[in-house]
Amino acid sequence: MTLTDDPVIPLPAPRRGTGARGALISAGSVLLGLLVWQLLAARFGPALLASPLETLRAGIELARDGTLFDSVLASARRILIGWGLGLLVGVPVGLVMGRVQIIRTLLDPHIEFFRFIPPVAFVTLAVVWFGIGESSKVVLIFYTSVFIVTLNTVAGVLAVNESKLRAAVSLGAGRRQIMLYVVLPATVPHVVTGARLAMGNSFLTIVSAEIVAAQVGLGALIWTSRNYGRIDWVFVGIIVLGVLGFVFDRVLRIVARRVLRRYAVKL
Amino acid sequence: MAPETEVSVRPPGVRSGAAVRFEQVSIWFDDFQAVREVSLEVAPGELLCLLGPSGCGKSTLLSTLAGFLPTTSGSVTVDGRPVTAPGPELGMVFQSSEALFDWLPVRSNVTFGPRMRGVGRAERAAIADEYLGLVGLRHCADKMPDQLSGGMRQRVQIARVLANQPRVLLMDEPFGALDAQTRSVMQREMDRIRAATGCTVLFVTHDIGEAIVLADHIAVMTAGPAARIKSSYRVELPRPRDETSAEFVALQRALRRDIGDEVQAALRAQGLDPGEPDPGEPNPGEPGPS
Repeated sequence: MTLTDDPVIPLPAPRRGTGARGALISAGSVLLGLLVWQLLAARFGPALLASPLETLRAGIELARDGTLFDSVLASARRILIGWGLGLLVGVPVGLVMGRVQIIRTLLDPHIEFFRFIPPVAFVTLAVVWFGIGESSKVVLIFYTSVFIVTLNTVAGVLAVNESKLRAAVSLGAGRRQIMLYVVLPATVPHVVTGARLAMGNSFLTIVSAEIVAAQVGLGALIWTSRNYGRIDWVFVGIIVLGVLGFVFDRVLRIVARRVLRRYAVKL
Repeated sequence: MAPETEVSVRPPGVRSGAAVRFEQVSIWFDDFQAVREVSLEVAPGELLCLLGPSGCGKSTLLSTLAGFLPTTSGSVTVDGRPVTAPGPELGMVFQSSEALFDWLPVRSNVTFGPRMRGVGRAERAAIADEYLGLVGLRHCADKMPDQLSGGMRQRVQIARVLANQPRVLLMDEPFGALDAQTRSVMQREMDRIRAATGCTVLFVTHDIGEAIVLADHIAVMTAGPAARIKSSYRVELPRPRDETSAEFVALQRALRRDIGDEVQAALRAQGLDPGEPDPGEPNPGEPGPS
């Protein structure tokens, strides 16, 4: 038997970029980025690179006629639905895989196979199978989310401390109760990590999902702008996509931290 | 409010500790024999300390009694009934407070067992009060486990197990990770907890002093593999035990000699096979590996 470390009070997480000083540095960094962007735009000209100001102007133009708002809404909807379904399927599958060896052995080769095939490879098939409507895009987002969520959940289940499981059995909990009252709560931090990674992947996927036959959406905006030769609109699409992803991740982090605090979710 | 030390958990006459019996128990892991033909008997309400060098198989024996591990041969019985599975009758206190449910406040940790059995909310609140009172933590009911010190967390573990009214309390080096002062406080508390609950206790430790302070019986195990019971002692000193009394010191000396022999044997075995990892904490005064 070795003695285990037994800290009385957990050390506070190191503060990163918080406080006034951090905010100032972040703002400075953003400004510097804009400056580099401006310099590059001045160097290569508007045919290749829209400057920040031109992008802003194009953004206002697209916002005025409602295109921008509709695009954001359409893409956000597809991402949220596809990602949500990915969680809804990935978490239970991951929990069961983590607890039942035979199911893990059965599903593992398939997950290991499909997780290396990027969603863009399935764009054509998705349209053929699910039509040109919303479902083909949502399916692609679901596809990109579900494996990440599943794998992270499995890792979480396998990392649950053995003495917690033994304690639960010894306190009289049945298999289902252990799953619900011990494994699931102990796995929450891993699930949240999986959810965040899946959200990032959903944003990577949305543009390819909207390549074919999407009328609206940020990806669709980028693709159609190319056809019109509107480099500045392409820039609007890219910038808004980045900002939207940032906002989604922030909201996810804040909600997870608030709601799931007791599950030791550290973000 | 009555002082917490006067809490009586079990009304007199209600069932108390069970008789525990190991008969010719051997345990193999594949081709490694951990425990060889161990026989032990613990009378109802008594406290048996399993004492031995690190890695000798004490915890393996305890896991078997807890129902986590089947015997390869021999039998383990509680009140004559063979142990087949873990359950609330056999309350296990783990060395690491990792065994607590970090996402539940102290109160809900303590009432986890009753909740699993479908005990109602009001009754659970009463149970939490009662057992947190017994371990002196009623004021911490709404705290989260990570807000407590190591000693307090082990108290929560004890209360959580006692809330199921176990007949046997299994303690696997429960105070091993605590500092010396806290450990000694917890050892004194054991007398009170036993008086209030009447549990039979099996207590695993490698700390000789701890064994003498706590035990009615001490069983010394040989260094593994194939650990046996080397010697056993009946401790009849008055409680609380005076660590400076002549009897205490004499017993300490005897136990130290028994264990010292085993540690030396383990080191010799290690000398023959230098690829083995360090077996643990060598006793002070014992020669190092030659």
